[in-house]
Amino acid sequence: MSGYVTALIAIVTREALRFFHQRERFVAALVRPLVWLLVFAAGFRAALGLSIIPPYQTYITYETYIVPGLCGMILLFNGMQSSLSLIYDREMGSMKLLLTSPLPRWWLLMCKLLGATAISILQVYAFLAIAAAFGIVMPAMGYVAVLPALVVAGLMLGSLGLLLSSFIKQLENFAGVMNFVIFPMFFLSSALYPLWKMAESSELLHDICAVNPFTHAVELIRFALYLQLNGPALGWTVLAAGLFTTAALWGYSPEGTGIRRKG
Amino acid sequence: MNGIRVAGLTYRYGAKTALDDVSFSVAQGEFCALLGPNGAGKSTLFNLLTRLFVAPGGQIEIAGHDLNTAPRAALAKLGIVFQQPTLDLDLTVRQNLTYFAALHGLSGRDRVRRIDTVLDRLDIADRAKEKARTLNGGHRRRTEIARALLHDPAVLLLDEPTVGLDAAARAAITDHVHGLASDGTTVLWATHLADEVRPDDRLVVLHQAKVLADGRARDVSGDRPLQQAFLDLTAEPA
Repeated sequence: MSGYVTALIAIVTREALRFFHQRERFVAALVRPLVWLLVFAAGFRAALGLSIIPPYQTYITYETYIVPGLCGMILLFNGMQSSLSLIYDREMGSMKLLLTSPLPRWWLLMCKLLGATAISILQVYAFLAIAAAFGIVMPAMGYVAVLPALVVAGLMLGSLGLLLSSFIKQLENFAGVMNFVIFPMFFLSSALYPLWKMAESSELLHDICAVNPFTHAVELIRFALYLQLNGPALGWTVLAAGLFTTAALWGYSPEGTGIRRKG
Repeated sequence: MNGIRVAGLTYRYGAKTALDDVSFSVAQGEFCALLGPNGAGKSTLFNLLTRLFVAPGGQIEIAGHDLNTAPRAALAKLGIVFQQPTLDLDLTVRQNLTYFAALHGLSGRDRVRRIDTVLDRLDIADRAKEKARTLNGGHRRRTEIARALLHDPAVLLLDEPTVGLDAAARAAITDHVHGLASDGTTVLWATHLADEVRPDDRLVVLHQAKVLADGRARDVSGDRPLQQAFLDLTAEPA
């Protein structure tokens, strides 16, 4: 078993080193949600009236509403960033080292996933700290209670990135991910507006939002920040994580397609 | 037979046959050159030997372990130097080796001892703290060979390891790997350069997905220089 742990520590450490070597990535990961929080939300505050919906027990500002969605945004972008880094690894050849290790391939890919999730969560906490500095605070224990929700949501979005990386042929094709995965997932979710608002505009869009796993990841985080468990959101997020992970592991198996893109 | 055994291996990319009923074996401690022009199927064979791909038919044994039924045991016995550079250029030589050792489950003092041993063996101990990015091509290749030897593999696969190196670095690496075979490691060295093959080496010539010749290099070349024999062999329709 120690061999498994040794590999886990090495892979997570390498992911962390790579992240800290790229300081601009850290800054970009924080600036993006902060622009939404401090600029977009300020502009929308007046336009978008919010009723009291769970888990909130009183009227909240729009900035407070979108904080969980922006936490999800960080996890989503990082999930896709880790996908990009996997494609880079494949093009540079270092993926071959990982896949020819005698340790089980599923474990090595899970280590990659755990490493990427850990880095995403660090960024979420940095974002929450900055948001708190601007007066957008959550219940104190919410910052602790949200950790398991961030882990589950981060693993789900990371496994989606892993799955995408097994199907994307080249680094250049990654731009399509922005258009066809990140933007639809983010905008067709409850990150920026509650689903009942979406239902007022279009039942179809509401239904799409309701099946979007990102919506459930955001709601899981939102409820956890207020010390509540959203069971259905947890169930949907875990289910999506399981499906994405299974498909990704198949994609990276010798019988799958992932590594064959760059033989 | 504890080296490599390949039997009836066939692999296709759609309609294109990359390997067609390829069979050969390499005994323990033997240096076997896999010689073939570009596109002969060498890289596909390496991808199958390292289980990056799986073939629908045929069998591969590494150090006595069937790659299909006991992949982990087979991979644990395998050291690999890929044609494409696979060092993390932002890490030092030692960090690269440490990362790889961990992928093989090696840790603690044992890992440090093994790293020191291979650094000495490849004569790059003085480069251990340098980032891989600062190394020249020859030292990067040495680092990759050192890395491939970390877990004491019984079988070492090298896919065109001298590509892009100058003559001196090529000669040094070729000599060193021949030395490894003399010490008991089974070596499969893929190349398209006949001058890297010695008369006593085992030689498998791969061309247009098939094995064209298999034997001692001196027997395959006969009274011609090996380069000429290779050109004659691969000029004929397979």
